[in-house]
Amino acid sequence: MSAYLVRRLLQSFIVLFGVTLLSFLVLHMAGDPTYLYVSEHATQAQIASTRHLLGFDRSLTDQYLSYMSGLMRGDLGNSLRSKTPALNLVMDRLPATLELTIFAMVIAIALAIPIGIISATRRGTPTDGGIMVFAMLGQSIPSFWLGLMLLLFVGLQLKLLPISGHTPVLQPLFEGHIAEAIQNIPQALRYLMLPGITIAVFSLSRNARLVRSSMLEVLSLDYVQTARSKGLSNRVVIVRHAFRNALVPIVTILGLEFGFLLSGVVVTETVFSWPGVGRLVFTAINQRDIPVVQASVVVFSLMFILLNLLVDLLYVRLDPRIRLH
Amino acid sequence: MRKPSIMPANGAAPVVQIMPPPISEWTRARRSLVQAKIPLLALLILLLIALLAFIGPQIAPKDPNRQSLIQRLMPPFKQESDGTTQFPLGTDGLGRDVLSRLIYGARVSLAVGLVAVLIGGTIGVLAGVAAGFFGGVVDDVIMRLADIQLGFPFILLAIMVLVVLGQGVVNLILVLGVGQWVTYARIARGATMAERERDHIAASRMIGATDLHIMRVSIVPNIIAPLIVIASFNVASVILSEASLSFLGLGVPPTVPTWGGMLAESRDQLLGGSWWLAVFPGLCIMFTVLSINILGDWLRDFLDPRLRGR
Repeated sequence: MSAYLVRRLLQSFIVLFGVTLLSFLVLHMAGDPTYLYVSEHATQAQIASTRHLLGFDRSLTDQYLSYMSGLMRGDLGNSLRSKTPALNLVMDRLPATLELTIFAMVIAIALAIPIGIISATRRGTPTDGGIMVFAMLGQSIPSFWLGLMLLLFVGLQLKLLPISGHTPVLQPLFEGHIAEAIQNIPQALRYLMLPGITIAVFSLSRNARLVRSSMLEVLSLDYVQTARSKGLSNRVVIVRHAFRNALVPIVTILGLEFGFLLSGVVVTETVFSWPGVGRLVFTAINQRDIPVVQASVVVFSLMFILLNLLVDLLYVRLDPRIRLH
Repeated sequence: MRKPSIMPANGAAPVVQIMPPPISEWTRARRSLVQAKIPLLALLILLLIALLAFIGPQIAPKDPNRQSLIQRLMPPFKQESDGTTQFPLGTDGLGRDVLSRLIYGARVSLAVGLVAVLIGGTIGVLAGVAAGFFGGVVDDVIMRLADIQLGFPFILLAIMVLVVLGQGVVNLILVLGVGQWVTYARIARGATMAERERDHIAASRMIGATDLHIMRVSIVPNIIAPLIVIASFNVASVILSEASLSFLGLGVPPTVPTWGGMLAESRDQLLGGSWWLAVFPGLCIMFTVLSINILGDWLRDFLDPRLRGR
């Protein structure tokens, strides 16, 4: 176990190193990055002074070392627009994005498991067929289009749910105002509903299919037959015997899930004007505010890596066989 | 002119046949496809979209970029005073014909999807086979690179690269292509490691085949089937990614009509009630992706019948 842990940590560290190196190098891919920071009409002297100011006239190793030392201190440069630290901008927006991602993840997993199990246990019936048709559709709809459609029909036509707006829950929670956070939940859920569903549908569909095939595989195994022939009830066999083992491949994708959902977050936040990191990235792209894009990428990647590490550790607890490898 | 010969010219079929001619893979595939109705329908839809993409300029009713501000935001199916319909699917905020833009948009979506998967698949298979075949340092380097790329949520990588490199069809295809290689590499590596241990590889080696020859002739053809299935699903997901990136304004330049780009433009008109601008491009994307996914499912079952119904 500890050998595995050490190796896994080392691996995360290498990945983290690679990610930061990559996010540093990307800037230099198109040649002198100074041109990304100056206006088109800048004079040679202005370009030269900007280059010196930003340190692009130093050697690449030099620049990388100072980039890394900045990173260690939590300094990812200043936004070109607001001139404030890029990391602060990202951290201010992070709670809203986390709310949305967690909400979507809960939908995508909490619904997928029962749906997948029902589909697997009723294999070949119309229920199963219907679920699979919806799952197929859900995987083929571009999430932002689904967002636009929900906005158009549920929000604008039927006026069932608000199409934009946000009530913070995590922000007050992080600041210690627990009562305020709890009080905000009902209103926050109303705002979360449309963007949350938009992001979750793709993952929900994929997860439902995954749970179904994982269950089908396990249900055909000998030990399930044994459990059945012992006279155990169908429910006990499915929940206690089959599902526990079907869970293993499902847990693996949880970490990757987060990355998938994050991809959805950037576009969905744009559709619903959600005040999160995704919309920050979108605005930063349009304003070519590279430090902000870079800071968002680094923060997202960090969360992604940590979460995957966590999932792998959870995985080991679930399936003792993995420890041996 | 063919030279007269006793054996048939192709040299394959003997003159006297004892066994009925073996059914080729293609015939088997065709029969299976015709038998399964829905995949056949999906194939027909895809062929139609491909046809539109190919001959688009000939059949598009209007120039997709011709603006006409007097005729802006015309709803679909609206009849002129003489009973004809000038814009079957309406016009957008600049008075451009939605139908023509949809037809042109098919080109970008399909081209980007296919080429990106071809690039990603080729890089991935080459890297994966090399990693699995040689093992050791080669394997370590390639797989750590794969880990690093998986450590990045793909969309962020794409956003960052495109912001720095600038937009354009070529950059888009490259980013989407490079983004795909890891999946292929991992699967190709695993399959190669299993294949490498088999007897026919040892036999090839004994008669003096080079590494390159073994990989090309004995390994790749034997591991390619599952990779083709993955590629088919991958085309669908790349088309979705392209639409997302175009939606974010990171796809191709605005003068090139794309489905994702049209959706991005529709956002500003949505509150004014111009629903058609958002509905039609989305339906195009959905039907294309859905057809590819259905066909991919069929292909998987066809190549590996054990998975049927899973």
